[in-house]
Amino acid sequence: MDLSYTETQDMLRDTLARFLNDTYDFETRKKMLARPEGRDPGIWKAISTELGLTCAPFAEEYGGMGGGHLENAIMMEELGKVIAIEPWLQTVVIGGGALSAVGGALAAEVIPQIIAGDCTIAFAYAEPQGRYDLADIGTSAKADGSGYVLNGHKAAVYAAPWATHLLVTARTGGSRRERAGVELFLVDAKAAGITMRDYATVDGFRAAEVYFENVAIPGEALLPGGIELIEQVVDQATVAVCAEGNGIARKLLDGTVEYTKQRKQFGQPIGKFQALQHRMADMLVDAEQIASMALMGAIKLDLPAAQRKAAVSQVKAKVSRSIKAVGQNAIQTHGGIGITMELAIGHYFKRSTMIENQFGPADWHLERYEALTLPA
Amino acid sequence: MDLEFSPEEIAFREEVRTFIAENYPAQLRGKQDEGDELTKEDFLSWHRALHKKGWVAPAWPVEYGGTGWTITQRYIFSEETARADCIRLMPFGLTMVGPVIYTFGTPEQKAHFLPRILSGEDWWCQGYSEPGSGSDLASLRTKAERDGAHYVVNGQKTWTTMAQHADWGFFLVRTDPDAKMQEGISFLLIDMKSPGIEVRPIITLGGEHEVNEVFLDNVKVPVDQRVYEENKGWTCAKFLLAHERVGIAGVASSKRGVERIRSIAATELEGDKPLLANPFFRRKVAELEMDLAALEFTELRTLSGMAAGHGPGPESSVLKIKGSEIQQRLTELTLEMAGHYGAPYFRSFGEGDNQHAVGPAWANKAAPTYYNARKTTIYGGSNEIQRNIIAKMVLGL
Repeated sequence: MDLSYTETQDMLRDTLARFLNDTYDFETRKKMLARPEGRDPGIWKAISTELGLTCAPFAEEYGGMGGGHLENAIMMEELGKVIAIEPWLQTVVIGGGALSAVGGALAAEVIPQIIAGDCTIAFAYAEPQGRYDLADIGTSAKADGSGYVLNGHKAAVYAAPWATHLLVTARTGGSRRERAGVELFLVDAKAAGITMRDYATVDGFRAAEVYFENVAIPGEALLPGGIELIEQVVDQATVAVCAEGNGIARKLLDGTVEYTKQRKQFGQPIGKFQALQHRMADMLVDAEQIASMALMGAIKLDLPAAQRKAAVSQVKAKVSRSIKAVGQNAIQTHGGIGITMELAIGHYFKRSTMIENQFGPADWHLERYEALTLPA
Repeated sequence: MDLEFSPEEIAFREEVRTFIAENYPAQLRGKQDEGDELTKEDFLSWHRALHKKGWVAPAWPVEYGGTGWTITQRYIFSEETARADCIRLMPFGLTMVGPVIYTFGTPEQKAHFLPRILSGEDWWCQGYSEPGSGSDLASLRTKAERDGAHYVVNGQKTWTTMAQHADWGFFLVRTDPDAKMQEGISFLLIDMKSPGIEVRPIITLGGEHEVNEVFLDNVKVPVDQRVYEENKGWTCAKFLLAHERVGIAGVASSKRGVERIRSIAATELEGDKPLLANPFFRRKVAELEMDLAALEFTELRTLSGMAAGHGPGPESSVLKIKGSEIQQRLTELTLEMAGHYGAPYFRSFGEGDNQHAVGPAWANKAAPTYYNARKTTIYGGSNEIQRNIIAKMVLGL
């Protein structure tokens, strides 16, 4: 057993961390969010083209470095540290993960575009009625000649307004909530019949309600693998947001400790008060557990499906609970200033809160874990 | 001891229900349903309706315009207004400075200010916290220097809720720089239109403009606008804080909040079942209701003690701690119910804006409300301070 990172992995982390340190300070981020498009596209271009980081998790046959889940976790953690709104999760982890899993001509065509920064992907999986059940899908993909016709409504699709492609879950057969018949499609975001209602999200991203109305797509747009493929990709995404949460939790903790050293009340830094020291010690305990679970998740993603799912659910349930505690304690320790837009801490809290429920809250994952591992 | 309402109390409850049904401003109801931001006029419309009926300040002594209700009637009134989803009246005049003025003020101050608080003519704000004085309020540095018949006030206040609408503010200022911390403080009433006052907004995490910074630059305040003796303002401040803590428990509105969660979760589906059928979710609702019942009876015990002439003492810290935690848990559950629709962010831009949010209406503000509710364990004396009060004043540690 060896839990140390390779030199290459350390170098990847340093490269991204240094770049983000120079380009993603709190004030600059604020300005990006205020732009009409809600981001600075030059950042993504730089991460992919100039720094060449997008190649890290991909196989060499696609022009990648031959990395995988750990490389994604490293990148997500660093992106989390600056609460970056870059579409790494959607494009590289989810889009790239799905394409890598199926291989073939579509992967050979699209992955190099992802690496080059020319293809950005949004994951259109959630539906208004579906909550976290990946098979609760009303969007239909009706076979039509050699292709399909899509109809339906996808909810809160993060990064959709920026995407060149949409990765869409849709039903080729079966009834709502039936596992059989759910498939994954890669669709040109500009295809005729797609309309988007764009909006900002509470955690600083842009998202959209995406409506498909008789959208004709070619047969090659299907990524074969059904619900099992979708579950595999979502597990990868779940671990990735836990890694992002790891970076965020660390910053929430560090920011809080720093603040309590500066802020004085009753004639001394508030960090001298035992009530707050214990609160921050608890935050450290939680942050350490998040780090451990994020690592465990990344390592266990290639286990057989049942073991993988059980492990990922342990990871997400723990991270959801711990990041809630870290976030709430960070704000409480800051006092009123923590609830304002002025300090970065509140913005970390906004994102950490969204991570709690993203791809299922703690209870949902504990239930999945129980179903997989405990006798009825 | 008896939990049943008497026939008179039941008749009173009917009277309150009828009054609300007939007098709650329709325009206000519409805005609440739409989730629109409320204006000063909106707040005042309900205030004025209650004032017209003589019900705007149930807790005040009758001689100053109170209702003379029993504790039970006050309980019924707050239950019914919460049940009907009436907005909470702004507390700064009615439950904060009003009681300070009728308890400590001069006859002239009472005659001038109390009727204007009741009528809503004056909108009040609270100048307590400063950038360097939050939990350690007594370290405040805004100073008032005597110059003939005036004080000249200089300094900065913060977290001043709704100061953007305020006509008047009550301020804690330092009048004796040499005295021990609590002893050199005075309680001043300041006209917010005075030259030298500047109000700057602070935007909170949900995008709301509720709180402000208030800068005071050589603001002249007539000496007769000081309440109680010079350098004895801390007495007024403590009196006010203990009163504030009782109201802060928010039992009636939290009960309404639980009902709202119950009714949403009964219709919101998870798969083919209502969310309320999910055993995890049910358990959280049940635990919340258990804690709320405990809070309610703690508040009733406190109120009945007050009716018998005790307190509110340091026990009100118990109400503040549990009440604020319950308010936060309500927002946590609502955000959990919202699922994917917790993420979209739509500010309401007031009247005339037609940008409608996506997802179910009740979910629109779930995340901003959750973020905003983190304030409840911080304001009114943070819950850490409340625990200090309990340790020191109740337990004698």
